[in-house]
Parts: sequence; structure tokens; C-alpha cells
Amino acid sequence: MIELVNVSVTYAGATVPAITGADLRIEEGELVLVVGPTGSGKSTLLRCLNGLVPHFSGGTLHGTVRIGGRDTREHRPRDLADLVGFVVQDPLSAFVTDTVEDEIAYGMEALGVGPAAMRRRLEETLDLMGLADLRDRTLRELSGGQQQRVAIGAVLAAGPRILVLDEPTSALDPVAAEEVLGALTRLVHDLGLTVVVAEHRLERVIHHADRVILVEGGRVSALLDPAAAMTHSPVHPPVVELGRRLGWSPLPLSVREARRHARELRVRIGATPPGTHHRPSQQRPLDRAVGQDRAIPQQAVGARLERLTVRRGLVRAVHDVSLTLYVGSVTAVMGRNGAGKSSLLGAIAGQLPASAGRVEVTGEDPTRLAPRHRCRRVGLVPQDPDLLLYADSVAAECRAADSDFGVPEGTTRAILDRIAGPLDIAQHPRDLSEGQRLALALSVILAGRPTVLLLDEPTRGLDYPAKRRLVAILRELAADGQAVVLATHDVELVAEVADRVIVLADGEVVTDGPTRTVLTGSPAFAPQVAKIFHPLALLTVADVVRALEPAS
Amino acid sequence: MPHPAPTRLRMRRRDPRMVHPVAWWVWGVGLAAAAAHTTNPALLFMVVAVAGWVVIERREVGALDTFGPFLLIGLAAIALRVLMTVVLGNGIRGEIVIVHLPEVRLPDWLAGLRLGGSVSLESVVAAATEGLRLAATLVCIGAANALASPRRLLRYAPATLYDVGTAVVVALTFAPQLVELAGRVLAARRLRGHSGRGVRELARLVVPVLEGALDRSLDLAASMESRGYGRTPVRDRRDRVIGSTLAVAGAVGTTAGLYGVLAASDRGWLGLPTLAVGLVLLVASLVLGARRDARTAYRRDPWRAPEWAACALGLLPAVVLLRGESAGWPGITVAQVPLSWPPLPVPAVAAIALAGLVAWVTPVPPRLAAVRSRTAAGAPAPLLPEAA
Repeated sequence: MIELVNVSVTYAGATVPAITGADLRIEEGELVLVVGPTGSGKSTLLRCLNGLVPHFSGGTLHGTVRIGGRDTREHRPRDLADLVGFVVQDPLSAFVTDTVEDEIAYGMEALGVGPAAMRRRLEETLDLMGLADLRDRTLRELSGGQQQRVAIGAVLAAGPRILVLDEPTSALDPVAAEEVLGALTRLVHDLGLTVVVAEHRLERVIHHADRVILVEGGRVSALLDPAAAMTHSPVHPPVVELGRRLGWSPLPLSVREARRHARELRVRIGATPPGTHHRPSQQRPLDRAVGQDRAIPQQAVGARLERLTVRRGLVRAVHDVSLTLYVGSVTAVMGRNGAGKSSLLGAIAGQLPASAGRVEVTGEDPTRLAPRHRCRRVGLVPQDPDLLLYADSVAAECRAADSDFGVPEGTTRAILDRIAGPLDIAQHPRDLSEGQRLALALSVILAGRPTVLLLDEPTRGLDYPAKRRLVAILRELAADGQAVVLATHDVELVAEVADRVIVLADGEVVTDGPTRTVLTGSPAFAPQVAKIFHPLALLTVADVVRALEPAS
Repeated sequence: MPHPAPTRLRMRRRDPRMVHPVAWWVWGVGLAAAAAHTTNPALLFMVVAVAGWVVIERREVGALDTFGPFLLIGLAAIALRVLMTVVLGNGIRGEIVIVHLPEVRLPDWLAGLRLGGSVSLESVVAAATEGLRLAATLVCIGAANALASPRRLLRYAPATLYDVGTAVVVALTFAPQLVELAGRVLAARRLRGHSGRGVRELARLVVPVLEGALDRSLDLAASMESRGYGRTPVRDRRDRVIGSTLAVAGAVGTTAGLYGVLAASDRGWLGLPTLAVGLVLLVASLVLGARRDARTAYRRDPWRAPEWAACALGLLPAVVLLRGESAGWPGITVAQVPLSWPPLPVPAVAAIALAGLVAWVTPVPPRLAAVRSRTAAGAPAPLLPEAA
């Protein structure tokens, strides 16, 4: 179906090729996962598969790419459209029409699908992607996850034999992601579709994959068996991390496989050792892990919301929310796509006015403060961190931030160095990797030393090492006396970093409690380790390791 | 979105549906042409009011509201016109002098222009009316934009114009994206402690906004490409050349004709034949193009009586005012010297008012109808579940 013979791509003006040595043969009906750190060339590889590279991107392609027998040298992307469907990372940028229904019909219209077949396929697609209720909505008013589902549906409806997706679940909540991936596996199993996916959140996809391609620094591996690939992949999900640490063989890739390995461990960790019945709570291995949880500090208030309601047009995004956010803690705001997370953060940051109730940040209404005073109290790193960056080099950006916040020169640089490690500061911010750009945006905001730090979906496009660094930084900031709030779908990140979890639904708070209680109590939001060790309240690999340490 | 059950509401003349975008654009351009052919402020205000009212009545929920921005641009045009007149004059020597500005003597070869000097009420009124005419024309286009987005209109573009199509879609999405991105970048500026006001701040917006919008436009073009836009079956080369030539000639003819009609010169009638020839050529290219159009249509908006009515109601004021202008009816083209209230030509007033009827004869768009029936039934304002 897909055949790459010794393919390498060099973009115009680049000295090193973006990918080299791609030599692959993907058969029909396989789900292939492309794994690699950010900026390793995954997107380039995917864009080769429908001819966008090199027809659209420019650059030089060596070797041969043959899709369903058609050479991309002679076939433009539009000539491959009936064969390959391509879903990009940012769905909003790819929409051609205004409404859901028109968007799904667009590809079919261009390919000349007959009206009766088109009508039927459109209805099927709406059902398959769970979009029936949204059919006449305009695309701009949908939430990120809904947009992603429309983008996939629009491509699917055109009936391609190959589906190429670049991070299809990065904007989706766990349940919606599972739905989308479930739909994809169904297509593979029932219709024999070939699917190629690049995804950072391996915990969501690895167990669906038939084959894995590792991409590292532009070097493209052959088709690997998923378990074999995971034994040495630099990026891997928690379940693999756990399996590697505990020496499980064969390496489990799914929660189900891992639970079988962990059967005996669950008993050992949860059991009360003999002879300690009088003080059981101090001695169980489980408590060694759980007992070290910090209580959520409640001395100083960072932000207080009283019966806050936020409207956005006709939509009531946040409804009657009362919350207190304390300094020294990391709070995660979760909830399905469109639950009002971003609106809540926007209201705390003073970007959205409250239509009822009030917001106080360190005792003041943020909407009444002038921006230059507000940014000292509350800082927000928006979902798209690029919005914060304007300068043409990292160094200039840091200097601009220093003068913006009136801090001594070099402050932002120092923060950046601590967060991102050494960087080439002459680079244009656009040339940085996703994780480095986030680090830069975060440094800019931190230069103002806001008491309340808000991050909107900070892990989009971050690989595991970058996430680990982010976790360490956020913990440090909280310890330094900031109230950190992050809105995210990434349960693994929440398990690592948050003290407290707030779950929103339809703009209302449905759960609010310590991370361990909330995450282990919910099947939708449980991280992998919690699922493996259920009913024990373990969240992370570190928890397990701690529980297994010999009692001192 | 459930369609409302039939109720006893007054507006339930026909089932809610979207009106064909071509009909809205004909209506809007007709009204714009009418506005371009009068300098009677009363008539111009009427045009703006009619356009605004129809937008309120028939804009679908969630459609981009372009009426407001176009109105703002129109107001800016008026202000600029007046300012230029005050400073530079516009060749109208009036008798009622409002203010004397210090005058700078200009060399003789710049006759007709002045810098400073006395500013007459007549010249200011003339400038304001000229500005108002431009504003009213713009507002009509803004109304058409709000009633039927250009992207919807483009679905009906003939296959012959495929090659132009990508450019048009990208261009059309560029402007709204600029506006949206500017808003987001401005919000981000505030996060960095800037007020976001002032010329220097605006200047700092330019680079990130242009860069962002350009990036997105490229993404869009890539997306159209990979979804098969512009796939045409390999055809007879001659066929294609004839089709393209006809289409280009037709487009040029139509544009020139429209310019002739809209540019309120005295030769307004000369524009009409060019427009007619251009339209004939365009239709011919459409017919040719349709033959090699491999696209299929999903639920195209029907063209029924309301669409014909909308076209007729939009073209009516254009025809009446054009006729009035060439026949020299009093009150169509108003002389500012001597200053007096122009008479109101009854046929023109009637024609513009009739154009407003379009809000009755066209069906309500479905989501707007749903919202209205719910609010009319006493339910609280509709709460769509989400938008984050």
C-alpha cells in the first residue's frame, strides 16, 4: 500500500536532511504508529505520504515514495486525495468551509461522490464521530476536541484507503481520544484501512498499533514490532516505564497485559505485613508511597472565585463556580472538551469579564487592574504559546520581556536557562522545538513573578522528557510560593504534578479534591499506573518504586 | 439542532432554511449600487438602515458579523474625507465660512488645492456626503458578507474558475483571520503587561499577526490541496482554453461593467452594456465549465421564489436610482451650493424601502428560527452546551 525506497528529504536552505534512510513497506490494513521526540522529523515523514512533501513544502526528495502504486513524483497531493486522507495537527487551520456539514461534504464534493452516496456517507460519518448534534454549527464555535473530530470525519467521509494523522488526540480529553482511536481501529479491522499515526501520548495509542516506526534525529527505523520498539525507545508511556523498571517480560504495552504481570505485586503492596496488626496504617508498603503526599497548603490565598459565571456569546462557559486557589499548590483543572476550562482560566487572568459573581486575585479584581499591574499578580501561558512571542531571536525576546516587566536585564535569560537548559539564543523562536517554545513563553511570563500562574494545555506536542522537565519546574514554582493552575487533558502529567484536581462539566465543578483521591476514583481520568494497580491508590511509576523499597 | 415545532408565531410564513448566497449577494450589490448613485444623505441613511435591519433579521446564528466592522470602516472614511477637506479643501467655494485656518501659500501650479485657509460649511457638507456615500456602499457589501459568507458563495463558483478559487478562498479567509489573530495577539500583549493601546503598540502587532495569518493561509491551501480541490479529469486542451478565455473575458467585462455602474460617473448607462456582455460571457463559461465539472453537490441551497424576490428587491433601487440620476430627478444628486435640504424623490424612497421587504419574503435561517421560537416561548436565553 505504502512503499518508501531509500527516502531522504532536505528542505531548501537546510544543511542536514529532515529525514534520511526511510525504507519501508506498509501493507494494507495495518495501524502504524510513528514515535519520536519533538522535532525529530515525524511530520516530514507523514507529509511525504500524500505528496505534500515535496510538492507543497519545497525541498529535495531522494528515493521513491509509492502510494497504492502511484509515485508521488508524478502525482500531486490532489491526485492522491482519493487514496490518502491527511489530518493535520491544528484542525482550525485546515477547515475550508463554515459549518460542520459543509466541511464533511467538502472532500466528497471535490472527489465527485454521487449525491445519494454522499448523503448516506455524511450521515454515517456524523454518527461515527459523534457529531450529529453539531451538524449545523459553525466550525469556529466548536471546542478544540469537537473541531478535531470534525477534521477526522471530514477526511474519513471522502473514503480514502489510507489515513495519515498528525497527533490526532493532542487536543482531546481522554474519553474523546479513546473514542477517536476506537473509531480508527474499527476502520482498520472492519474496512482494512491503512492508518499511519504520529502521536506523543503513547499511552493512548501504543496498544492499538500493529507496527511502530521510530524516528530519531531524522533517522527513520524499519517497521518494528511495538514491544521490541518500546524496549529501547527514548519516548515511552508509563506502562512501558513500569515494565522496564520491574523487568517484566514480555514487555506489556496495555493496561490489561500489565495487570496480569502485576497480580502478585498488588497483593504484596496492599497487604498488611504479619505481626503489625496494631499499627497497620504505618506499615503497609502502599502507605510508604501514599503517606508522603503533601497536604494541600491552605495558608495564603492566591485567587478566590465567588459564584462566578462567564458567558461567551450565547454560551454559558462557566456557571456558578466558587473556588479558592492556594499559594504553594499545583491545581489541575480537567474536564471534557468544551467544559469551560479555558474560560475559567481566562476569567482568573482577567481576560474574560465575569457576567455574574466575582474573581479576586490576591484580593483584587483582575479586570479592574491595568495590565502592567495585573501581570504581577496573575500570569497566563495561553494554549498557543507562540502568541506571546514576537521577537526575531530568543535573546531579543528575553530582553523585551525584561523591559516589559521592568526587571533587571538578564532575568528572563536566567529563568530560561534553568527551564530549558542551554539554548542557541540567536535562533528565531519559530525554529525552536515545541517544548522549547513553551519554555520560552513560560520564562517570559515568569519574569513578571506572578503570584498566580495559569497554564492552558501546556503539554500539547511535548514528548516525555520535556514533560518531566515541566513537572520539575512547576513543583519548584509552587514550593517558591506561587499558586500554579493548569488546564489539561493529560492525566499522566496531572498524576505527576498536581496536589489538587478540579473536574469541570458544562461549566460547573463536579469534583474537587486531592489528586490521588480524584484520579483513582474515576475510570476516565485514571492514569495508567492507577489502572494497573486498581484498587490500590498508586498514581505514578515513582509511587510503585517507593512502595517496593525495602522497609527501613 | 432541533427544528422548532410549528407554533403560532407570526414569522412562520415558511419553513426555516438558508437563502441561496447568490441571492443575498445580488441583493447586497444592488443596494450598494443604489447607494453609489445618490448624494442625498436622507436616502443614504435609509440604505444603511435597511441593510442593518435585514442583517438583524436574517443573519444566521454563529455567522461572522461583518456588518459592524464595515460600518466602522465607513465611519472612518467619512471622518477622513471631512478632515482632508478641512485641511486641503475640495474645490467647493462656499459662502458660509465656519472657521479660518492659517493658510500656507501654495505655488500656482497647485491651483484648486489649498493648505489651511477658510473652511466653508458647504465644502464640509459635500465631503461628509461623499464619505457617507462610500460608507453606505461599504455597509451594503458588509451586509451581504454577514448574510451569506463568501465561502458559501464560492461553492457555486464554476469549475472553470478552479485555479482562481484557491487564491480567492485563501484571500477571503485572510482578512477575518487577521482580525481574529489581532484580537488574540492583543490579549497576549496584555499578559505581558502592555495596555495594547497606542500607535506603537499597534505597530508591534503587525509582525506576529501577519506572520500568523500567512502561516494559516498556507495551512489552508495545503489542506485544500490534500483534500482534492481542483482535481479535474484530463480533458481536451482546446475545451479548457475556450472555457478559461470565456471566463476571464466574462469576469473582466462584468467587473468593468460593475465599475461603470458603481462609479457614480455621469456615464452610468455606459456601464450597463459592458455589464450585460460580461454577464453573458460569464454564463457561457459557466455552462462550458459545468460540463467538465467533476464535482458533485451536497445539499445545494435551492433557488425558489424567495431568491428571485431577493434579487428583484435588491436590483429595484439600483435601477430606480440610476434612472433618476440620468433623468436628473431633483434630490438624487444634490448640489451643496447653495446649501439647502434636498427634496426627497418619492420613487427612490419607495424603492429603498421595498428593498427592506426582503426580510419578510425570505425564510428565517434555521438556527435563528430555533433561537427565536425558544425565546418567544418564554424559555430562558438558549444555552448552547459549549465553546471553549
